[in-house]
Amino acid sequence: MKYNSQKVAYWFFALSMLLLTLQIVYGFIMAFAHMGFDGLHEFIAFNTARAVHTNLLVVWILSGFMGAAYYIIPEEAEHELVNMKLAYAQLISLALVGVVAIIGYHFNYWEGRKFLEIPRPLDYLVVVNVLTFLGIIVTTLYKGKQRTTTSLVLTMGLVFAALLYLPGMIWFDNQTMDSFFRWWVVHLWVEGVWELIMGGILAFLLIKITGVDREVIEKWLYVIVGLTFISGILGTGHHYYYIGVGKTWLIVGGIFSALEPLAFLAMALFAVSMYRKGEKKHPNKIALSWTLGTAITSFVGAGLLGLAHTLPQVNMYTHGTLVTAMHGHLAFWGAYGMIVFAIISYTLPNLTGRKLYDSTTGLLAFWLSNIGMLGMTVAFGVAGVAQVYLERKMGMDFGDVQKEIQVHFVVLAICASMFATGIGFYIYEFIKYGRPSKEALQN
Amino acid sequence: MLSKSQARTFFLGGTIITFVVFLGLSWTSLTKEVPKRTHEENLSAEVIAGKHLWESNNCMGCHTILGEGAYYAPELTKVVERRGEGYMRAVLSSKEPWAPRGRKMVAHNFNEEEVGQLIEFFKWIGNVDLNGFPPKPDYKSTINSK
Ligand code: HEC
Ligand code: HEM
Ligand code: HEM
Ligand SMILES: [Fe+2]
Repeated sequence: MKYNSQKVAYWFFALSMLLLTLQIVYGFIMAFAHMGFDGLHEFIAFNTARAVHTNLLVVWILSGFMGAAYYIIPEEAEHELVNMKLAYAQLISLALVGVVAIIGYHFNYWEGRKFLEIPRPLDYLVVVNVLTFLGIIVTTLYKGKQRTTTSLVLTMGLVFAALLYLPGMIWFDNQTMDSFFRWWVVHLWVEGVWELIMGGILAFLLIKITGVDREVIEKWLYVIVGLTFISGILGTGHHYYYIGVGKTWLIVGGIFSALEPLAFLAMALFAVSMYRKGEKKHPNKIALSWTLGTAITSFVGAGLLGLAHTLPQVNMYTHGTLVTAMHGHLAFWGAYGMIVFAIISYTLPNLTGRKLYDSTTGLLAFWLSNIGMLGMTVAFGVAGVAQVYLERKMGMDFGDVQKEIQVHFVVLAICASMFATGIGFYIYEFIKYGRPSKEALQN
Repeated sequence: MLSKSQARTFFLGGTIITFVVFLGLSWTSLTKEVPKRTHEENLSAEVIAGKHLWESNNCMGCHTILGEGAYYAPELTKVVERRGEGYMRAVLSSKEPWAPRGRKMVAHNFNEEEVGQLIEFFKWIGNVDLNGFPPKPDYKSTINSK
């Protein structure tokens, strides 16, 4: 690392790994409940496990994004973070808000809207936290020597992500309105502004790893984020088919959301071709695997599996079934889980000064987690398609269908164990690297 | 070949145009369509109280409504039509976790008034025009469902 303050990133990544571990534990609780083993029902009912699982997911990804920004912005702007103490305070408050929210979920303290379960008083703390974070990033960028496209796209993504949190805080009496604006947060995050964050991190990694000229990489970055917004904003319509708004959305949402995979395709082609073009062969092979991996897996999970159920004729049947869970897992993992893993793998040797490139543990972590996640996707997919046919086509009762598809959750749990083993290796390696050190400066 | 500034124009221009169209369509939907399709005039104090109970107990953490939520328990938009009021009263006021088909619901132990509010909420949402969702099964008559 070139700037001492970049080491703040390490602690955000550490928090990220901790929360991911907890997320997986709650994932298993749900997988067992689906199999019929709900021994924990009294203490951790399914809705508690689910709220914890998805909220931890969002927080570990955000913590990873914040760590990435704290590492990337000083390097791109050529300026130390303006206030390192405040950054640490922001880390601690993020962890505290997260922990309080999650404990609350065990005591029926929540808002009960999918993905936005955080109760209102804590929402305000989240806002303060994120404003602090943005304050540090934007001021650093402003005081820095230069403002590169990569850093601007990353920052723009973070600022918009914060703004889009607000529509989720409006109170409505009408469930349709509630749902309408919930998607401004959920959809416009994952299929809009988070892609800017992902694109910014990806561009940074490609510049560092492949050595291709910045101008070329940043030009394509604009094309990718352009495709993202042009398709993704009106693509919000794919959530408006069946919630009580008009038929215009069937057409608008259908057409534009079907274009959304283009942005992910562009991202995959971009990463692979920059890798091919690159003269420099960076020794950090693990970081390279995660970087190419995220570009390709996000195309499969978000692009192809999203396309699979995005047309209104299909979505009529798959809407709100396990098919959605299939897509949700590979999309979130491929696009946002893996980009966080990529930036961690790239930065750890620089932060700690230890060059554990090419370790077997690192490779095992990559392959086990990815193959495990693909297996989980297949398990959810088979369960989901069976559910669609039995329940929506044949008209069998929900509960009877669930009994028929229980076996797929055994497969899910086996694949999830493989995934978890991979994550275990990754975290083992993370710990083995040790803490950021002074000697690492100037590397 | 495309230059960097052309690429930037593509990004900014495309974003602004689609965003403006999106805001326009949203405005039309929310002001013209939603009040009629959701029968806003029927949003009584009871319905709203029901919605509040729905949210404060995170029913969406197991069930879906309007097709949104979790995949652990039945979709509830048309539950009044499917099960009728009596059945729902039994579910909602149950002192033991409700689980006739093996999977457990939380025993919320609602009182008379709360059960009434939830049922009003489900009646209201059952009448929202959802463009045909949930789909009518094709083979219902040939399969023996319990
Ligand atoms: C822990 C998960 C869970 C939570 C939380 C939950 N439910 Fe349920 N609910 C179930 C399950 C499982 C069933 C199906 C039971 C069966 O038929 O065996 C069910 C059934 C129902 C039914 C009957 C539906 C039918 O088609 O048979 C209604 C109505 C219902 N729940 C309403 C609610 C409401 C309202 C809330 C929130 C206050 C709620 N549920 C919270 C799991 C849950
Ligand atoms: C990285 C990007 C993406 C992520 C992380 C993601 C994740 C998710 C998640 C978590 C849901 C469930 C949301 C909820 O019910 O609250 C969802 C739903 C959906 N996604 Fe994606 N998605 C991504 C990209 C895409 C793309 C590109 C498409 C289309 C081509 C798509 C199509 C859909 C559709 C149609 C639904 C609704 C499913 C339903 O009706 O139940 N997604 N996505
Ligand atoms: C390793 C173990 C994991 C297991 C066993 C697991 C299992 C589950 C289960 C059973 C559900 C609930 C489905 C339902 O409502 O019935 C769920 C939801 C979800 N999980 Fe996981 N999960 C795991 C890891 C992950 C990871 C690593 C991610 C993301 C990177 C993830 C993202 C999600 C998302 C986005 C949802 C909500 C899906 C939706 O609403 O459509 N999970 N998970
Ligand atoms: Fe979407």
